[in-house]
Amino acid sequence: MIKQLICINCPLGCRLNVAFSGDEVMDVSGNFCPRGADYAKQEAVCPMRVLTTLMRIKGTDKPLPVRTDGAIPLSRLFDCKEQLNQIEAVAPVRSGDIMIHNICDTGRNIIATGDFD
Amino acid sequence: MRNSSVENLQNVDLVIIGGGCAGMSAAISAHKNGIRDILILERSSYLGGVLKQCIHNGFGIHRFGQDLTGSEYAKRYTDEIDRLGISFLTDTFVLSLTQDHDITAISPAGGILRIRAKAVILAMGCRERPRGALTIPGTRPAGIFSAGTAQRYLNLEGYIVGKKIVILGSGDIGLIMAREFAIEGSEVLAVAEIMPYSSGLIRNIVQCLEDFHIPLYYNTTVTRIEGTERVTGVWLSQVDASRKPVPGTERFVACDTLVLSVGLIPENELCSEAGIELSSDTGGAVVDDSFQTSVPGVFACGNALHVHDLVDFVSMESEVAGERAAQFIRGKSDTASVVRAEPGFGVMALVPQRVRLTGAEDRIKFQFRPRQRFENAEIRITSDGCRISSVKKRVLTPGEMCELSLERSSIHSDLKVEVIGL
Repeated sequence: MIKQLICINCPLGCRLNVAFSGDEVMDVSGNFCPRGADYAKQEAVCPMRVLTTLMRIKGTDKPLPVRTDGAIPLSRLFDCKEQLNQIEAVAPVRSGDIMIHNICDTGRNIIATGDFD
Repeated sequence: MRNSSVENLQNVDLVIIGGGCAGMSAAISAHKNGIRDILILERSSYLGGVLKQCIHNGFGIHRFGQDLTGSEYAKRYTDEIDRLGISFLTDTFVLSLTQDHDITAISPAGGILRIRAKAVILAMGCRERPRGALTIPGTRPAGIFSAGTAQRYLNLEGYIVGKKIVILGSGDIGLIMAREFAIEGSEVLAVAEIMPYSSGLIRNIVQCLEDFHIPLYYNTTVTRIEGTERVTGVWLSQVDASRKPVPGTERFVACDTLVLSVGLIPENELCSEAGIELSSDTGGAVVDDSFQTSVPGVFACGNALHVHDLVDFVSMESEVAGERAAQFIRGKSDTASVVRAEPGFGVMALVPQRVRLTGAEDRIKFQFRPRQRFENAEIRITSDGCRISSVKKRVLTPGEMCELSLERSSIHSDLKVEVIGL
């Protein structure tokens, strides 16, 4: 399979052609430098992102900013958001507090990124 | 009723106007350099400025080697301000600043405040270019927001600004908001960019638009807004090379919200009364390599000086400004002769615009933006027509600030910084 990606390492934005089969990248072309090939290896097979979003807090309209404490597969972003929408945080919350353990079995926790009293 | 304290003039060593990232970084740095009598004046009800509403990550990679959200980044600084016991006043609006460093400010709690400072740091940040600056014809319905306002409503107040959204401008704030709208359940129908390129980071084009299948239309702008009470749609048109709409290319996009991400303007209204020279190139004060403005003892840093891409660079710059302000207060400022640095071909928003011929540090750092995209170009610094420094770059884009440094000892007369395509 061939996937086309834009390298994000620098403003050049090389257009990468990535040939891969299953989880294995066979060939990367279009990159000016080795960083493009490194980037493509993960990005073509399973792009990973940190989810940053908002969570409801019980008894107020103010939102609580939260994030995953590491990157999760991009394909799971909306699953995690869906689960977050089912849950309300309870004040007081401190930045860094774990709000949900191992969200959607991604191995990552949802942590607060702001305080709320 | 409490009598205003106009007669009470308070003396402070260092007053910092603005308690965002720049102001806090400068304050902490001045403290580390021995200044204890510091006062930060902040217009809003909290320290942290725009960082508090930036819930996305990507902050702190250069400064701390960690990928933090804006609010996490701000907390590092607010915690440090608390730990060091640096004084600050919130809900305090500075009305005026004079050449002699006299400051008049007002606040609900303190009434009218008059402060005389030994040194002042301008760290007021910037504001967004509004609809009024764009001359888009059409009605004046609800549903038109600047990107930062939409961000504030969503992340601090908890309001989603619309369900079907068109974004005009592909700067980083617009891109970040496109992703946030998508994650929070709104539909982003289009991002329109009048230029043939985005001024946003490539990372944001990929991770904010492509990840969510949001289309980005280059050479396209909004030519009309429809709706009486609420926005019902906008007309998008393609533009030609001179950015004029091309007749016959209009198409209607039904939406309930238009978000504008069309540039930032440094906030420098305070400078005029103090007689601080402003640059029409950056929109900020003209400064020398110690970030001192044309008024001795008044320094400027952060987005009030020039608009930055990353907060990390605001912190680093402001730390230098704080250190130089501390030296000024201790009477260690030098009266060096000064030369000018001018932007030449392909260069805009050059900082600093003045360079002292003698100073503590050996190297002078220049920052600027290229006027256009260059591939295989050379950044060149010349003096009296002679090249004194140059560096080759594979790519330069207006969306990413460029930096280059120069030995102070190599400077003898006025400088010009230019970009030459190879």
